[in-house]
Amino acid sequence: MGSVGIVTPQSLRLDAPLPLQSGARLDDCTLVYETYGTLNAERSNAVLVCHALNASHHVAGRHDGADKSDGWWDNLVGPGKPIDTTRFFVIGVNNPGSCFGSTGPTSVNPATGQPWGADFPVVTVEDWVDAQARLLDALGIEQLAAVIGGSLGGMQALSWSIRHPQRVRHAVVVASAPNLSAQNIAFNEVARRAIVTDPDFHGGHYYAHGVVPRRGLRVARMIGHITYLSDDVMASKFGRQLRNGALAYSTQEIEFQIESYLRYQGDKFSDYFDANTYLLITRTLDYFDPAREHGGDLARALAPATAKFLVISFTTDWRFSPERSREIVKALVDNRREVSSAEIDAPHGHDAFLMEDARYHGLLRAYFERIAGEVPSPTVPSIKGFAV
Amino acid sequence: MSERKDLELIAELVPHGSHVLDLGCGNGALLALLRDERGCTGYGVELDDAQLLECVKRGVNTIQRNLDEGLAIFADRAFDVVLQLDTLQNLRNTEQMLVETVRVGRIGIVSFPNFAHWPNRLSVLRGRMPVTKALPYEWYDTPNIRVGTHADFEVLARRNGLRVLDSFGLQGGRVVRRWPNLRASTAVFKFERA
Repeated sequence: MGSVGIVTPQSLRLDAPLPLQSGARLDDCTLVYETYGTLNAERSNAVLVCHALNASHHVAGRHDGADKSDGWWDNLVGPGKPIDTTRFFVIGVNNPGSCFGSTGPTSVNPATGQPWGADFPVVTVEDWVDAQARLLDALGIEQLAAVIGGSLGGMQALSWSIRHPQRVRHAVVVASAPNLSAQNIAFNEVARRAIVTDPDFHGGHYYAHGVVPRRGLRVARMIGHITYLSDDVMASKFGRQLRNGALAYSTQEIEFQIESYLRYQGDKFSDYFDANTYLLITRTLDYFDPAREHGGDLARALAPATAKFLVISFTTDWRFSPERSREIVKALVDNRREVSSAEIDAPHGHDAFLMEDARYHGLLRAYFERIAGEVPSPTVPSIKGFAV
Repeated sequence: MSERKDLELIAELVPHGSHVLDLGCGNGALLALLRDERGCTGYGVELDDAQLLECVKRGVNTIQRNLDEGLAIFADRAFDVVLQLDTLQNLRNTEQMLVETVRVGRIGIVSFPNFAHWPNRLSVLRGRMPVTKALPYEWYDTPNIRVGTHADFEVLARRNGLRVLDSFGLQGGRVVRRWPNLRASTAVFKFERA
């Protein structure tokens, strides 16, 4: 099993405006993406990887000159890995509204010549899927061998199967849900309030003030991190360990290791993530609810889907619990769609979808091996990105 | 029940093109057989991680669930046939599962080890619990929390308003229709809601 090696992001400027669910439209939209592996002659071996809240198009491999730049799903995508890049042409794409190169709040609003900031239109999972479909058009890919995503990425995979059923052979939905629960929206709202009430937020136009609402971002990330981990994994990683071995009788200083961990995660995050993007993407999560226009009937929402599904959840994930995945499975079973589902007893909570658990990756490997058997191999064998 | 011949004999009970639910589907061999030979569709339900992996390798649709949590995920009359092969004896809620079987399916097919098979009777007569090919466990490590006989199931079926459409024994890869309660290690019943 190897790495796809050094990868270079590419970009596509959409040749026509992107209409959005809100009624607004993005007149000028650029998508940044990466691809790994070789497209076969039939253009049928493409696998689209959808990212979640804080990830990007950089799914696998490393960027030139950056040692610690492994893609966020590098343990899954690569030569000989479960999503084998010697068989599949894998695409990672940054969604509009994000802050990793595709058009988003930090981009210039063509109408004003200033950064979009808080004026960037609210984007939905459906908008993202439509933007991704434009990328496939540009790459000449009519049908995906598979679309896969975890968490918010799984919502995109689900939406793909509904919006563009004929373009998806397989949809792999990991640690996801058919919509967010009130509890989940509540966590998002706390995170948003932390950002918006930061004095450095300036109504979302902090770029003009040369500041970043770092305090808000830190708190937002800390809350997120708590919900991504299980109680058990927090107990085993940190327990009640003290940072300095003894109580300092301070309310302000870091006393427990878990505090230190959360602050570190918050600091790191606030260095690279855009606050407006955090607001937007948490809203995207809140809004996703394909059953809404069908009176809450998910089975009716999924009726157009023709893909084969693999739905995976993790028993310790309380943010996107197995019960939520069961709703998806039930709706598919009610429609007599092809679906397999796994509830994997991994300890890591929601973060498990990014981890290398043997049962989880074994299942994905087996599933993608079946898919590989359905589509011809790419004719040009390649080693480490070079055609031979 | 993993014997190929037994699987084929059970498969013959399933009408061509049926939409099938296989509860405790193991490695998915029967569902693959039904799909490939009889044009059936449907799902397996399996709890075990390793078995689930085998199902995915076979391309059989399988839902990972603990059957003791019930079949609420499946709608009424969603399936033509519901199979429970070598599963019933491992369940806590055996009776409830039978009722659920005829709720979600038109026809139910069950098989289970027949405790009244004559070698088992001899063993008990000698004062020891049987350990055989169909009942390969010692009394202290068996996953079979229910031990019943071919004749017992007839009583249970009647009690739960099930109409038995067919029943026979399986022994050594052959169907046993004469005295199955005595002569067969496995009991097979095909039934519907009366």
